[in-house]
Amino acid sequence: MGRKRSINFYIGGILAAFLVLMFLISFIYVPHEINQMNVAKRLAAPDSSYLLGTDNFGRDILSRIMKGSQTAFFVGASAVAIGLAGGLLIGTAAGYLGYWTDELLMRLMDAILSFPGIIFALILVTVFKPGIYQTVVAIGVLSIPGFARIVRASVLEMKEAEFVKAAKGFGASHFRILSRYIFPNIFSSIIVAATLSFSTAILIEAALSYLGLGVQPPHPSWGRMLSEAQGFLQQAPWFAITPGLFITLLVLGFNLLGDGIRDVRDVRR
Amino acid sequence: MSYMLKRTSTLLITFLFIVLLAFFAFRIIPGNPALSILGPEATKAQVAALEKTLGVDRPLGEQFLSWFANLLQFDFGKSLRFGESVLAMIMERLPVTFSLATAAMLITVLVGVPLGVIAARHRGGIADFLISVLSQLGLAIPSFWSGILLILFFGLGLKLFQVSGYVPWSESPFLWMKSLFLPSLAIALPQIAILVRFLRTAIIEQMELDYVRTAHSKGLGERAVMFKHVLKNALIPAITVLGMNYADILAGSIVIEQVFALPGLGRLLINGIATRDYVLVQGMVFLIALVVILVNFLVDVSYRLLNPKIKLK
Repeated sequence: MGRKRSINFYIGGILAAFLVLMFLISFIYVPHEINQMNVAKRLAAPDSSYLLGTDNFGRDILSRIMKGSQTAFFVGASAVAIGLAGGLLIGTAAGYLGYWTDELLMRLMDAILSFPGIIFALILVTVFKPGIYQTVVAIGVLSIPGFARIVRASVLEMKEAEFVKAAKGFGASHFRILSRYIFPNIFSSIIVAATLSFSTAILIEAALSYLGLGVQPPHPSWGRMLSEAQGFLQQAPWFAITPGLFITLLVLGFNLLGDGIRDVRDVRR
Repeated sequence: MSYMLKRTSTLLITFLFIVLLAFFAFRIIPGNPALSILGPEATKAQVAALEKTLGVDRPLGEQFLSWFANLLQFDFGKSLRFGESVLAMIMERLPVTFSLATAAMLITVLVGVPLGVIAARHRGGIADFLISVLSQLGLAIPSFWSGILLILFFGLGLKLFQVSGYVPWSESPFLWMKSLFLPSLAIALPQIAILVRFLRTAIIEQMELDYVRTAHSKGLGERAVMFKHVLKNALIPAITVLGMNYADILAGSIVIEQVFALPGLGRLLINGIATRDYVLVQGMVFLIALVVILVNFLVDVSYRLLNPKIKLK
């Protein structure tokens, strides 16, 4: 399946690169100031000055989508960072210490996994009031179990590997065994998991923001743009099409990239 | 520990964890709930009286035990905002969400199974490639956006479907189905993608097993082998995955009910959250956790019954 392998990787890479580029450009240039309202051009169709049209306040949709990518990347990257840090800690503790620590931690991870993520996030966001940081923490906690499972499985496997046993025999410390032998071996799996949970994080953020319980103004968010656009489906369908398209492209890009890396590196699930 | 015991204990821990979270999460919210219901003009006596009715003046442990004991008797208390019984409010909206989730399941199986079979039978071919492209898209498109696109296309463009609102079965079964079709399709899309990918892999794995060669060598045709043997075996794990995803389907309907303005549990939950009606939210979280745990348990049991030979780790 060599052909399909490269297709996943390349299409995902190109999509992701395109969105990363847009994200980077948004820091130095957007066509219009994102909160600048042009009352004369409310819900205007795309034209040469407003390439993707305007919203119900006459604000430029393209600029808001570009700035919105900052929110998406920020939430996605921070959630992955929280998930990765928590997952490394919990997965290593469970796999390395074993016994009841393992049982307790992994049952807790199963509990988080088996409950619908968005409801979990909704509870957390309600308690701490909706906002961008609350959203990040909620989604970050949700992505811990995925990482913890991978880390634990690799730690368990590596613990029994001959070279690790040998290193132990030579008196290597726990820290040295983990940092020199175990972590480098799970690097590929971690990259794949990080890529895939980045896109999951963005999907959950979009859903929370669509419900009005995620990222709040003044941060522009693609999910909230969609809920605003829904009131004007008949007058301005383009307003509802573009934010969703960008969510899809971003998620699709990183999903394909993750799958592609897994195929290329032959990482097991 | 035996597998069943382990799974059951996991499910019980999950349930307890969610229930504890639902209870304590809403107790650490800053501010006095009685005060926030009554408003700033309330007198001290009024606040104290309401605190007594709500039970928030008692110690936390006692509150939890009495709350939990009531829940087990399906006494969910009264909504802070509406004053109605939470259970009655949930029961009133349950049919909408339940119909939605069931319809989504049905669409997932009806579309997902044929696509999975086609993809596996034409492995590496054009059909397989197209189906894998579609399933990647299905996983990437947020359900609320596909819901909006369906409204735009079928509702506003073709004017074929009622775009929002709900018609009860008792009023008109036809309109009931019509009002559920687009939202359940939007929920089903990612589930179809998951089922197709899973079924494809399961069929391909089955086709490499010895019994398939035996079936071929005794002269059974390609079709007979596929539908009489392979599919039967491959469907069991695939349907199990679908059952495990019931929680996701429920969660999906919470978002989709907002898109299509359906008066189901999702709208009730969002409403409760927005108005900080924590008695309502706690009751709903308890119920959702209970359903998720029960479904998971049933899927586990039926999987074991269907596969007495399969040993799970």
